[in-house]
Amino acid sequence: MRPLPANFIIGAVLVGLVVGVAALSLIWTPHDPTTLNIRGKFGDPSALNWLGTDQLGRDIVSQLMAAARNSMTVALVAVLLGGSIGVALGLLASAVGGWVEDIVMRLADLGFAFPALLFAIMLAAVFGPSLTNAVLAIAFINIPIFARVARASANQIWTREYVLAARAAGMNKLAITGDHILPNIAAAVIVQATIEFAVAILAEAALSYLGLGAQPPASSWGRMLSEAQTLMYLAPDLAIYPGLCIVIAVLGFGLLGDGLRDITDPRLARTR
Amino acid sequence: MSYFLFRRTVGFIATLIAVSIVVFAVMNVLPGDPALTILGLDATDDALAALREDLGLNDPVLARYFGWVGSALVGDLGLSHSFRVPVSELITERLPMTISLAVAGMIVTLVIALGVGIYAASRHGKPGDWVTMFLSQLGIAVPAFWLSILLVLLFAVKLRWLPPGGFPGWSDPIAAIRSLVLPTVALALVQSAVLARVTRSSALEVTRQDFTRTARASGLSQRRILWRHVLPNALVPIVTIVGMQFAALVTGTIVIENVFYLPGLGRLIFQSIANRDLPTVQALVMLFAVIVVTANFIVDLLYVLIDPRLKARA
Repeated sequence: MRPLPANFIIGAVLVGLVVGVAALSLIWTPHDPTTLNIRGKFGDPSALNWLGTDQLGRDIVSQLMAAARNSMTVALVAVLLGGSIGVALGLLASAVGGWVEDIVMRLADLGFAFPALLFAIMLAAVFGPSLTNAVLAIAFINIPIFARVARASANQIWTREYVLAARAAGMNKLAITGDHILPNIAAAVIVQATIEFAVAILAEAALSYLGLGAQPPASSWGRMLSEAQTLMYLAPDLAIYPGLCIVIAVLGFGLLGDGLRDITDPRLARTR
Repeated sequence: MSYFLFRRTVGFIATLIAVSIVVFAVMNVLPGDPALTILGLDATDDALAALREDLGLNDPVLARYFGWVGSALVGDLGLSHSFRVPVSELITERLPMTISLAVAGMIVTLVIALGVGIYAASRHGKPGDWVTMFLSQLGIAVPAFWLSILLVLLFAVKLRWLPPGGFPGWSDPIAAIRSLVLPTVALALVQSAVLARVTRSSALEVTRQDFTRTARASGLSQRRILWRHVLPNALVPIVTIVGMQFAALVTGTIVIENVFYLPGLGRLIFQSIANRDLPTVQALVMLFAVIVVTANFIVDLLYVLIDPRLKARA
């Protein structure tokens, strides 16, 4: 067996770290991330508060941990939601072909005209800013991406001999899609999902930073940064930690996705 | 060529129409009363009725859609509720800021990305390649707004070389340019990380081809081979990404303007959300979507100029 690519290993370690911390925050954080302690505001790092406290005396480590959990949840829901709709549409387009395929793909093109930020802005203007709207906006931009990946991969599988044999044997398209197409495009979809997970983390952070995502008192790396920005002269280090967490998470999922692609599709690995 | 141009133009216009329908539908047809959104829950019934009449909410949906598109085509984007002036006026005031930021960002992006990408390709497999590619991988993971905060911390808070935000206006050009330096760099660094990787891999692909080997065998210098023979042939994937990046840059300005408190369209859009100024938000979202779609359309046309072989396949 060939050795695992370096990007896969580094990515897996970083992802393990972030997901582990997020999972740990479900059962334990050093302090309650939302408990205020005005007397202990801007506390220096200590044995009690490892990275110190913020302008309201909240423990930074606990907030970062809770934010990791929120970030992972948003990314998971958004990618799962957008991914399943996208894959379903892509499979449909590929199986039926003809005008159905045309319509699905033109709709997918249309989706690319709306970056997540624009969609989130529309939803926020109509329904008010909320984490749910942020999730919906991120899910929405994932639909065309997954529809394209699923259709392109599925179109290749439909020309394989075992699929032709299944059709000749009288299997209907739905059954073939479930039995042969889906399992064979799973690798491509999972690679894409890992990469989109990184994009979703970045998008959630940006939306929360702009006030369109997580609302107080929910912890979010993006929101921590927007609060820290107003305090840069007083406590510059508050603006460092949440950003580092975002970079670790995004880098981790990005590298993991690249690594998975190198493993599942070695032809691409050679040229990059 | 003309058939290709015709097909692409029809597709472009169809996409614009579809985009306008989506924007209108999300802002108008989704459950909820725009008048209530604008005025808030404690508005009187009379005020609500007056505003509904004012916004034309009592007309049938189709009439409102065509009314909106029709006026937008002649430059009438409605009246802003919070500023009490035509939305088009607000946009003309702020568009130069957003466009100059995006264009400056694009230029800096191209300079950094082509330079770094070609350098990395020329050092393929050597430490110079690894270092630049590691940095670009890191750059992709850094959110532009955090990079902005870090730049402000270093250059404004610590070193005090540049202002931390705000815009003094063009009456003092030096001060104006100084206040745009950090936003432009923040916008460009993240984008150039992506583009540098594409430039590198595309250039590497070309260096494997026969004509590059011939050029090398004829004794041309490495520099000349890279810039005169490799780069022009590596442009197709680069242009694709540049088109997508210009769109990303324009929406990126929305974030950056809010980080640096710059009076552009991005800042306006957030003021309008806070003021529940739906007509302004609707016009601005449409404008940004039009810019994104137009950028993609131009890229499609550029392809053919760069590589006429693509026309046959289109």
